Amino acid sequence: MTLLAVERMKLFTTRSPWWCTVAALAVTIGFAALMAGTADAQAPLTVAATQFGYNFGLVVVMVMAGLAITTEYRFSTMRATFLAVPNRWSALLAKTAVVAVLAGIVGEIAAFGSWGIGKLIKPGVDLTLNTAYEWRAVAGVGLVYAVAAVVAVAVGVLVRHSAGAISLVLIYNLLVEGLIVLIPNVGPKIHKWLPFNMAHQFVTGNPDPTGRDVNFGPPLSDATLGPWAALAYFAGFAAVLLVIALAVANRRDA
Amino acid sequence: MTALLATERIKLFTTRSPWWSMIMTLGITVGLAGMVALTHAGDRPLTVEHSQFGSQFGLMIITVMAALAVTTEYRFATIRTTFQAVPNRTSILLAKTAVVTGLAVVVGEITAFGSWAVAKLIDGGPELSIRDSGDLRMVAGVGLVYGVAAVMAVAVGILVRQSAGAISILLIWPLLAENLVGLIPRVGDDLRNWMPYVNAGRFLNGVDPEMPLSAWGALAYFAGVAAVLLGTALVVANRRDA
Amino acid sequence: MIEAVGLTKRYGKTLAVDNLSFTVPTGRVTGFLGPNGAGKSTTMRMILGLDTPSGGSALIDGKRYRDLHQPLRTVGALLDAKWVHPNRSARAHLAWMAKSNRLPAKRVDEVLDIVGLSAVAGKRAGGFSLGMSQRLGIAAALLGDPQVLLFDEPVNGLDPEGILWIRKFMHRLADEGRTVFVSSHLLSEMALTAQELVVIGRGKLISQSSTEDFVSQATENTVRVRSPQLGALRTALGRTGVSIRDEGESLIVSGMDCADIGELAAQTGTVLHELSPQRGSLEEAFMQLTGDSVEYHTEIAEGQVPATLVPAGK
Repeated sequence: MTLLAVERMKLFTTRSPWWCTVAALAVTIGFAALMAGTADAQAPLTVAATQFGYNFGLVVVMVMAGLAITTEYRFSTMRATFLAVPNRWSALLAKTAVVAVLAGIVGEIAAFGSWGIGKLIKPGVDLTLNTAYEWRAVAGVGLVYAVAAVVAVAVGVLVRHSAGAISLVLIYNLLVEGLIVLIPNVGPKIHKWLPFNMAHQFVTGNPDPTGRDVNFGPPLSDATLGPWAALAYFAGFAAVLLVIALAVANRRDA
Repeated sequence: MTALLATERIKLFTTRSPWWSMIMTLGITVGLAGMVALTHAGDRPLTVEHSQFGSQFGLMIITVMAALAVTTEYRFATIRTTFQAVPNRTSILLAKTAVVTGLAVVVGEITAFGSWAVAKLIDGGPELSIRDSGDLRMVAGVGLVYGVAAVMAVAVGILVRQSAGAISILLIWPLLAENLVGLIPRVGDDLRNWMPYVNAGRFLNGVDPEMPLSAWGALAYFAGVAAVLLGTALVVANRRDA
Repeated sequence: MIEAVGLTKRYGKTLAVDNLSFTVPTGRVTGFLGPNGAGKSTTMRMILGLDTPSGGSALIDGKRYRDLHQPLRTVGALLDAKWVHPNRSARAHLAWMAKSNRLPAKRVDEVLDIVGLSAVAGKRAGGFSLGMSQRLGIAAALLGDPQVLLFDEPVNGLDPEGILWIRKFMHRLADEGRTVFVSSHLLSEMALTAQELVVIGRGKLISQSSTEDFVSQATENTVRVRSPQLGALRTALGRTGVSIRDEGESLIVSGMDCADIGELAAQTGTVLHELSPQRGSLEEAFMQLTGDSVEYHTEIAEGQVPATLVPAGK
């Protein structure tokens, strides 16, 4: 518990988490307002459509999480941390936990904020969260952000450079999974099992009762697992990556 | 100016990130083309467009490389050494832009023709021949797009000065923001048609009757945005304390 | 007590620290001396569990650093004053460190007071001068009121006032009975600060002794003699078996003091224009000892480098 408090102090006494939190919230909720304001019969406002900025918030949160660790390497405060807490597993696990919790909170605020602003702008539209799907579409965002933050922290520990870690995380999330699906024949088979596709499956999948257009909300997934199994898969991926990262950090010279 | 170009060439190639970027761009882009050619099956023949499958991936790496070429100078304060050696900031920054752009064009051409050659070698389908100006643009145009993207990245790098911030903006903008804009009801499509990277894609992938600009018009627009951005960056760099 | 036994660190083919064994006794200031690149920082990082030794071990009071519970209460260290997030305030930097070892929050203000940074505690550390950063680093080292303190090149780059402050501070820590291990590439600095010396070159131990012994052993006392009859004097001195070497127009005699040389000159009827005792400088002694082990030689011959030109450490 002490270590969690330490990492919380460290995170909030620098500027980048604040920046990223503000950016993530402003853009996701702003987009939701835009979607709600421009919604019409052809592009109706639905619960999913309020979560339009989900992917944007996701990448910003991952940048935040990646930076939380790489700036420690850049300014060598990682060494100061290991001097104070020589047990590197606990030090890094505490950091991961704090970053993941912040990411989760940002996700929940972004999701419910987006949903709330939709309700506010279009009071006539029924945006009540009735089904399990609708609950996942909104409340699930925080869970995905939290797990994604763990992935970003693990990549940050492994790569140690801000530029490299951010490039890797963003290019993978925004481009690579989408490119793989385009490879003839094998592409779609591989894509079904890729981690971020699984994350999207949790938020948007099985079944989507709104019958929405693909475009109106977070990306639809072609994964075949059920939503909770997909989340577990995504979390498992993050956990494996984190364990590898911590094992490397423990053996490496600080 | 030749001396300045040589200066920036030496600076660029005596650090590691351009080498990394080049190898990654070449390896992954050409590798993806080979993979597509290998896994391809069915009745629809492989086209020139298929061979350029990984070009967007290369584009992102080149963007990161170009941004780092500037932001690392700020990070290690070598930009101050540079301005000390060459007080005319506009000319030295233009020289840097030129060198980075030149490298981006060369890497773009090599990856594009390399990808095409690998696909052709593996598959050899008739649709893979470069037969008209559209096909040629699709391959040879990659270098031009990489070049303009490098200018864009250098400009953003000068403005932002921090690697993390510049890279985040430069990756999130084309990969996510431009797509999100298109999804806004009613106005989205019109806005999207004027997004710079959308126009770059249009230049490569040919005529789309929905789009307001011709293929070369689209490239000119993309280049125009980059030029405006670079102009702004140079003005800012001149006025700012180094 | 800090104990290094067969400590070795290999980076690829380079042997940065080579089978190094020494002890840092309790309650004294021990200087860790060696030219730049001798492996001092690497050794300190191994003692502190940041780098894993390729061989051997380093123990603090019989324990590896990574096995210490709440290590800041046992060991305080300042390896690099820049190991601070530039956007974090000095107080916030100390606050998280204090929290991590369950030290009371008021201790932060105490150490800020000790190093005289209370007035700027809320300012971002990135804006600190080197001297202020160094003070912040020392405040961090003192946080857990540890009995063992390690400092790596603490006076490097400081102005004279800063150097004096650090020097007094070391003495104060030793007077309080703490064990202080401080590295430097400047022997003159160490001669003023340290009671014990561990000297290394190219990762190997050169000597471990008290500063006094090291200095007296290392510096030879010589006498400079000038005379218009240099040839006759050389012959007379040669018969006594002392060692003589020519330096320009004069002779440098070692193994005989001024009085004896004067009497010898009188006996042989030689005119003397100069008869002066020469005290070898500490820097010269240091150069002699570590001369072969300097990693990067300069064009200037050894022994001619003025102390002020000795390049600063990283």
